Amino acid sequence: MAIKVLKPGLLTTVQDAGRIGDYALGMPPSGAMDSFSYRAGNYLVGNEDGAAGLEITYFGPELAFTEDAVIALTGAELPPKINGDECPTWEALRVRAGDVLTFDYLKNGARAYLSVAGGVDVPEFLGSRSTYTLIGLGGFEGRALAEGDEVPIGSSDDSASRVGKKVDDKHIPRFGKEAELRVIVGLASYRLTEESMEEFLSVEWTVTPDADRIGYRYRGGELRFVEREQPAGAGSDPANVVDFGYPVGSIQVPGGVEPIVLLNDAVTGGGYATIGTVISVDRGRLAQTKTNDKTKFVSVSLEEALQARKERREELAAIRESLG
Amino acid sequence: MATVKAHLPGTFYRRPDPESEPYVNEGDTVSAGDVVGIIEVMKSFHEVKSEEDGTVSKILVENEDAVDAGQEVLELG
Repeated sequence: MAIKVLKPGLLTTVQDAGRIGDYALGMPPSGAMDSFSYRAGNYLVGNEDGAAGLEITYFGPELAFTEDAVIALTGAELPPKINGDECPTWEALRVRAGDVLTFDYLKNGARAYLSVAGGVDVPEFLGSRSTYTLIGLGGFEGRALAEGDEVPIGSSDDSASRVGKKVDDKHIPRFGKEAELRVIVGLASYRLTEESMEEFLSVEWTVTPDADRIGYRYRGGELRFVEREQPAGAGSDPANVVDFGYPVGSIQVPGGVEPIVLLNDAVTGGGYATIGTVISVDRGRLAQTKTNDKTKFVSVSLEEALQARKERREELAAIRESLG
Repeated sequence: MATVKAHLPGTFYRRPDPESEPYVNEGDTVSAGDVVGIIEVMKSFHEVKSEEDGTVSKILVENEDAVDAGQEVLELG
């Protein structure tokens, strides 16, 4: 069983739950940017947690199935069509050998997920099938899919019984053009002036066209750093500190303009002050904002972040339970 | 009326680089497959092509405008 790539779309990559455990060596996790939608897709088609699927960005590919399969599409509103007919999302669907999956223009969100019963069966690299395109490793030959590729799919036992199962409407996220993202202020927020931290948390920021799997860059304000004497080992930009580790989701502001949120494919450390970190639960929402969408950052406590994470896990467990 | 739509969200440019002439102006004739603009997104540039033959009757976006996927960028008469 394979998926033939007739047209690749803009950026279609193999992703799973991420390459966890080698961050200290400088290996970012990669993996599905919107992990909620990705996980729900796996539950729909009856895959194990962590099975690999396809992440489809901004513009859909054209894919043909070599054999009968059960699939699900979750994430962004990127209307799918099978052989030219619109088909539902957040639902397990039967496709037949030779069927062609295409997509209409993106309506909302940024990334759709294609899950296939059996999972995408590319070789693992450091325990994950996620593509890390910057170094050309993992996923399908270390790169985004291209025309003519045949993506191998694993076998699945009871996929027929999945057909028609749906994620309950109350669990399906809606992605408008405005997002509110919760952040924990720190680790080097002391470098910003108080007024600038207030500005950071009150400005409506605009996602720039640069935003990608490495980082999201925003426009809309200008932040100032506290005057200081340049410490030994730190660079000369007021935004520089002595090198340290960057949490995934951390926010840096080189030059005081254009905050950047580091994401799944980002560098793991460096010398820019990180003024806050987008909480893990909201990184999926972040990944579903697209260029020119609006974003506000809201400060929360660690307890609130942990509570949100607990609730998200409970919601995913409830979805999995409901799908049997 | 036929139109050409942006296939991606991003920044629309009417010319290949700042020194060049626009790909098309109002009144120009285009053939299916002709490039009418480019969209910048995720640090790369992507050509927008006409899907039909026709004459450009109206350009609906300015150079460097933000566009959405599916947004009409020009009309063909």
